[in-house]
Amino acid sequence: MFELLGTTLPSRLFLGTAQYPSPAILADAVQASGTSVVTVSLRREMAGGRDGEKFWSLIRSLGTRILPNTAGCHSVKEAVTTAKMAREVFGTSWIKLEVIGNHDTLQPDVFGLVEAARILCDDGFAVFPYTTDDLVVAERLLEAGCQTLMPWCAPIGSALGPVNLTALRSMRKHFPDVPMIVDAGLGRPSHAATVMELGFDAVLLNTAVARAADPVGMARAFGKAVDAGREAFLSGMLEPRDVAVPSTPTIGRAVFS
Amino acid sequence: MKLIVNGQALEIDASTLAELLAALDYEGDWLATAVNSDLVHKTKRAEFQLSDGDRIEILSPMAGG
Repeated sequence: MFELLGTTLPSRLFLGTAQYPSPAILADAVQASGTSVVTVSLRREMAGGRDGEKFWSLIRSLGTRILPNTAGCHSVKEAVTTAKMAREVFGTSWIKLEVIGNHDTLQPDVFGLVEAARILCDDGFAVFPYTTDDLVVAERLLEAGCQTLMPWCAPIGSALGPVNLTALRSMRKHFPDVPMIVDAGLGRPSHAATVMELGFDAVLLNTAVARAADPVGMARAFGKAVDAGREAFLSGMLEPRDVAVPSTPTIGRAVFS
Repeated sequence: MKLIVNGQALEIDASTLAELLAALDYEGDWLATAVNSDLVHKTKRAEFQLSDGDRIEILSPMAGG
């Protein structure tokens, strides 16, 4: 169980809903992963269209919590307005705040992110800021009113996994009591287990599951990896040593010479 | 009236946002609207007067990561 902002979540895996081969596979993947939070977005509806209704109906049938995002927003104004529209449609004050600063890397514009976070926190939102692993930016986001942080571990959709473990360790150490969800760049279940072993509270991923050859199987694998990483963190892992240490007791061994 | 709806220029006879949605056959409580980059709550659409050149965004739920 995971206590987050006064809510008890059965799973520490957050799952995105984009890029699946079909709505049925999305639904099966969500179920197989055990996730209790899915991310969604808002896009332009065609005149007379019902695409949004179909998708919204599917999402509601999953029975999970919803975390809307502001994906694709490149300015503070865009992100703030999108967040307000999402709150009206989805009926939640949770918002995954993205203010993108670079078209190629999809790196967050951390200056705009802090500004937008302050506006939204003051307006009653629970802001989940998609940010880098920069400690100073994290401090500014907390000062702006954020109660959670979502540091990336690699560029969105890259599947690189944690490219800077030192920075992630440092974040965990500096903000021991802030719920932190590693978001973006995870490619394999072992990546998820690695960041959970560092003590992060949860992970959010999408592409690694949706674009797998078998999204349902991969969703299940990520669910297990997140649980394994968390349990390992809680169980006290052995620190690496530079010397060999026999695991079999040496006392009482036979001598044949 | 000349309006820009979801990025497309339209010439349409609608004085309020609610009239515009009806004229374009938009219907449903899953829709969110903004005019000139500001949210217009669904409860305010009937009284929200449109002006020539207004930019309207009509959004609905979509998959996201």
